[in-house]
Amino acid sequence: MHLKRELSPSCPLPLQQYPHVLMAHGGGGKLMHQLLENVFGQAFSNPILDARHDAAQFAVPPGRLAMTTDSYVVRPLFFPGGDIGSMAVHGTVNDLAMAGARPLYLSSGFIIEEGLPMETLWRVVCSMRDTAHRCGVQIITGDTKVVDKGKGDGLFLNTTGIGVVEASSAIAPQNVQPGDVVLVSGDLGRHGMAIMAVREGLQFESAIESDSAPVHEIVLDLLESGIEIHCLRDLTRGGLASALNEIAEAARVRMLVEEKLIPVREDVHAACEMLGLDALHVANEGRFVAFVADRDAARAVDIMRRHEVSAGAIAVGRVTGQHEPLVVLKSRIGASRILDMPSGEQLPRIC
Amino acid sequence: MKFLDEYRDADLAQRIAREIHRATTRPWSIMEVCGGQTHAIVKFGIDELLPKSLTLIHGPGCPVCVTPLEIIDRALEIAAKPEVIFTSFGDMLRVPGSTTDLLSVKAQGGDVRIVYSPLDAVKLAEQNPAKEVVFFGVGFETTAPATAMAVFQAAQKGLRNFSMLISHVLVPPAIEALMSSPNCRVQAFLAAGHVCTVMGYEEYPPLAAKYRVPIVVTGFEPLDILQGVLSCVQQLESGRAEVENQYARSVRREGNRPAQELIKAVFQVVPRKWRGVGEIPQSGLGLRAAYATFDAEKRFGVAERAVEEPAECLSGLVLQGLKKPHECPAFGTRCTPEHPLGATMVSSEGACAAYYRYRRQPAATT
Repeated sequence: MHLKRELSPSCPLPLQQYPHVLMAHGGGGKLMHQLLENVFGQAFSNPILDARHDAAQFAVPPGRLAMTTDSYVVRPLFFPGGDIGSMAVHGTVNDLAMAGARPLYLSSGFIIEEGLPMETLWRVVCSMRDTAHRCGVQIITGDTKVVDKGKGDGLFLNTTGIGVVEASSAIAPQNVQPGDVVLVSGDLGRHGMAIMAVREGLQFESAIESDSAPVHEIVLDLLESGIEIHCLRDLTRGGLASALNEIAEAARVRMLVEEKLIPVREDVHAACEMLGLDALHVANEGRFVAFVADRDAARAVDIMRRHEVSAGAIAVGRVTGQHEPLVVLKSRIGASRILDMPSGEQLPRIC
Repeated sequence: MKFLDEYRDADLAQRIAREIHRATTRPWSIMEVCGGQTHAIVKFGIDELLPKSLTLIHGPGCPVCVTPLEIIDRALEIAAKPEVIFTSFGDMLRVPGSTTDLLSVKAQGGDVRIVYSPLDAVKLAEQNPAKEVVFFGVGFETTAPATAMAVFQAAQKGLRNFSMLISHVLVPPAIEALMSSPNCRVQAFLAAGHVCTVMGYEEYPPLAAKYRVPIVVTGFEPLDILQGVLSCVQQLESGRAEVENQYARSVRREGNRPAQELIKAVFQVVPRKWRGVGEIPQSGLGLRAAYATFDAEKRFGVAERAVEEPAECLSGLVLQGLKKPHECPAFGTRCTPEHPLGATMVSSEGACAAYYRYRRQPAATT
């Protein structure tokens, strides 16, 4: 890594003259130059970024590249277990990992609402820098825009990621086959409930922390160990239910998962029950589902459990048939039902 | 999770299901009144464990579903006003009125907010004195005490910028209306446990006696519902028609007296139209004259109007237990949770939505 600054959680804010972001910080003049140099340039410094070109240039390793982009609009910007900056790095790193790729480079686009405290911006930038460092990726290009007060929600981020594909055979929904085992990498629903608890002012005995985390090391480990992975999908918006349905649809397969095997933490379960939500529909930021060949399933679970982030990995079901896309859930009392995608936004029920 | 997982035990569920099989010698139709029970039945697949000769009929107990179209239209009109902060329970936001829904009003700039309690709306009114804060008071007897408390508190605080659009409904008159219908197929009722937690079940013995129907006050977890069904079957098979309390861990015979007194102080019983069913006499709650100043319909002069429901929608028959959701030709094709024709497809507690979500292809899950 090429970080000039010490990584510390309390990095001093380098811009003192303006305590808030002004329209002028996006206006192309001196203030914008200062912001770019003193905030982004200083925090994200690496040889590619330091070249200060309009476009970052880098050599590509042989083989296939993977590319992905994602925008982040979370409110509040800071939540138990993470913030918009760490999420923007994890999210894009994880999307690359789902293609069996080793993440290399990120871009970062900042859309800042006029009046955002400079301190807040700096905290997010420091969080992105530290998270990128931990994930082994470099932020090599970026963009900043400032929008009028009231036209943004404090801060929106976009990250685009490029990685090199390490998987020897394609990892894609179309490769899912009858007999494949469905693995989830840990307990579900924590990110969504952490955000909802803060946003709606719900008080629980202890704060539910987001599961936001990078998962690429786990995927790379599975690949290096020769596990026959047919498909990976990170379980963000829409949760496990949406991911399974999307894959069932794309692969034209039917699958059966067992409710009692799907790990959901006690506090998340309680919060979901209280609000009338289904943990299988709730968002995660550090969880994925893997479809692996039956003969490799047990070994894959062992490998996943060696990583802290996926210590709770478990097989929850399998692909049972072809041609008729359907996800069936065996309920806790042993009966069967369709596990559907949530329709639109998750709305708390009346009673 | 304690006090919950115990009531979802697979072995016990199978054991009660076997008892139901043993007890059942003839076909019976049992109605679960509450949408929460319908939801649990399809979510856990409880009906799959029952003998084929038992039919569960999904009753009109989803407050979101039975709120009439004209009240939704009034809500939409009020919510679109620039001076208004319109507050509601979450699942009312997706309910379509004649032209649009609250989510769309919000998208077009209306200040529509989800609250978890009517008291949060009172707080909002205090915090925003320059705004008119309106709460959409819907629900059965379960949510009525909280709605009443909000009005009571707003009156005590002298809040002039708080009002309520009220469409509260009552369960016993709906049971009475169902039973007096010549088409009624219901032979026993699972009464809604949460409603009875507030109201008790002293209102039910006269109904059980008059219509010769067993009524079992029942909870919402799989074991509760299976036990409720077992009690109904045992009564039906032995020719009894009594009121029993399966949900004794929450329900007392007399209910929650302070809550009832609060409801009585703030509300009076009024006739109420039920979406898909029509007007049922003495089946709703409206504000008493002393609290009329908190009536949003009066405050915003939202006009009385009659609105036609989509002709194709069979939700009225579904709510009365005369049709199963998948017997409707529009089910799953022209009517889905994303584009509902009627109320029962809207709320997650609605029978059609529950069927759509969990039982779209009945044969496919077996």
